[in-house]
Amino acid sequence: MKNIQSTEYAIETKSLFIFYGSFAAVSEVNIKIAKQKITAIIGPSGCGKSTLLRSFNRMNDFVPTSYVTGEILLHGQNLYSTDIDPVEVRRKIGMVFQKPNPFPKSIYENIAWGARINGFKGNMDELVEQSLRSAALWDEVKDKLKQSAYELSGGQQQRLCIARTIAIQPEIILMDEPASALDPISTLRIEELMQELKKKYTIIIVTHNMQQAARVSEYTAMMMISREGQRSGTVIEFDDTKKIFTNPKDKRTEDYVTGRFG
Amino acid sequence: MLRKTFETEIQQLKDDVLLLGSMVEQAILGSVEALKKRDIKASEKIFEEDKQINDKRFEIENKLMILIATQQPMAHDLRLLASCMEIISELERMGDYAKGIANINMRMGDLPLLKPLIDVPRMAQIGADMLHRSLTAFVNEDVEAARSIPIQDDEVDALYNQVYHELMMYIIQDPKSIERANWLLWVAHNLERVADRVTNICERTVFIATGEMKEIKSTDDEFWKQQHQEK
Repeated sequence: MKNIQSTEYAIETKSLFIFYGSFAAVSEVNIKIAKQKITAIIGPSGCGKSTLLRSFNRMNDFVPTSYVTGEILLHGQNLYSTDIDPVEVRRKIGMVFQKPNPFPKSIYENIAWGARINGFKGNMDELVEQSLRSAALWDEVKDKLKQSAYELSGGQQQRLCIARTIAIQPEIILMDEPASALDPISTLRIEELMQELKKKYTIIIVTHNMQQAARVSEYTAMMMISREGQRSGTVIEFDDTKKIFTNPKDKRTEDYVTGRFG
Repeated sequence: MLRKTFETEIQQLKDDVLLLGSMVEQAILGSVEALKKRDIKASEKIFEEDKQINDKRFEIENKLMILIATQQPMAHDLRLLASCMEIISELERMGDYAKGIANINMRMGDLPLLKPLIDVPRMAQIGADMLHRSLTAFVNEDVEAARSIPIQDDEVDALYNQVYHELMMYIIQDPKSIERANWLLWVAHNLERVADRVTNICERTVFIATGEMKEIKSTDDEFWKQQHQEK
């Protein structure tokens, strides 16, 4: 399969398999994610998109029977080697989920808390403001930082979660359907924000919204169940987003992006 | 089958393009036939009917817009809809050539034809035939056919060349024939352009089927170079 030609890669997988017990949810993934670009992962439900995404920051570790074979390399180092601290991985690779999940604390604390436990010693007010500005939320919340995060709208809460993620200055931000619970305007705000964020961070987004993938990403990985009997998902095509949505090589990608199948 | 509604609408769209194509084909053949017979009434009818061609084009364009807005086409669907936009505009322009030929017959009034029309109707016949086959190739997404049709453009170019030289001889022999020769030259030129636009339709068909956007080489450029050198 074609890999993306880029000068720099943020993360790379080699013969990656992800298991839940004896079941390989994801098989044989070899992809290189370009640095400071947005890469979308698309594919029908149950093809392993979220599993693959979560493997990038070892979130699957929380599922007791899960394990991986193969490698996920960050700066040439395998994230799953025994000497790696998964907490450190999650600090470098942040995550934003489908449903906004702010802490039941003030807006300010939502950002300060993560930074504090990560040993941040600088000016906290500055960090909070900077993070909120980067998440395009500052102007809307600057006068109510002490209020509960729950008082914000869904779209604002999601941007707060993004601000919280960038407060600990990760290299990569994983987004799992970050806008699927939001209205169209909030969705577009998140998408615009992603374009700003990619100047500093690498973004990998899982989305069911094909137009969103086409709009926001530079590269797209198409996943699909590859071995029917085993129901195991893999990346079947990985290319420039433009190519995937105008002239994909694989018939299955074509059928999926044109809505013939999925 | 998922997207049954969309599939049906695409089929309808292709039928519409075919219908527009056959209107244009009739207009081209009819305009030359009317000129050959010096039937001004027939030309007036063709001149008027060009409005229907234009209306049909706008109608299809509008349907295309709605399909793009409501169905968010991707990949092959997107290439098809975008190409249809291009193809209907080519067809509409071909309709204008037919209208132009009808107009010439009307303007000639009582003056007889400078010479009996032999090569010009042949050009029209070949052009219409190419158009017909190009639209069949479009509907079937037949890449091989689409790639082979433009070659026939050479025949039209050769006929144009012949007509051109013949008319020049008339002009040289009798400068008073300039206007009438010029009219026929105009007609031949319009027909030559029809064949060129068929090539564009064929290119779109290849693009729809393969995603490859490339000019199909005919010897057209050579032809014009040669014309230039002869002068």
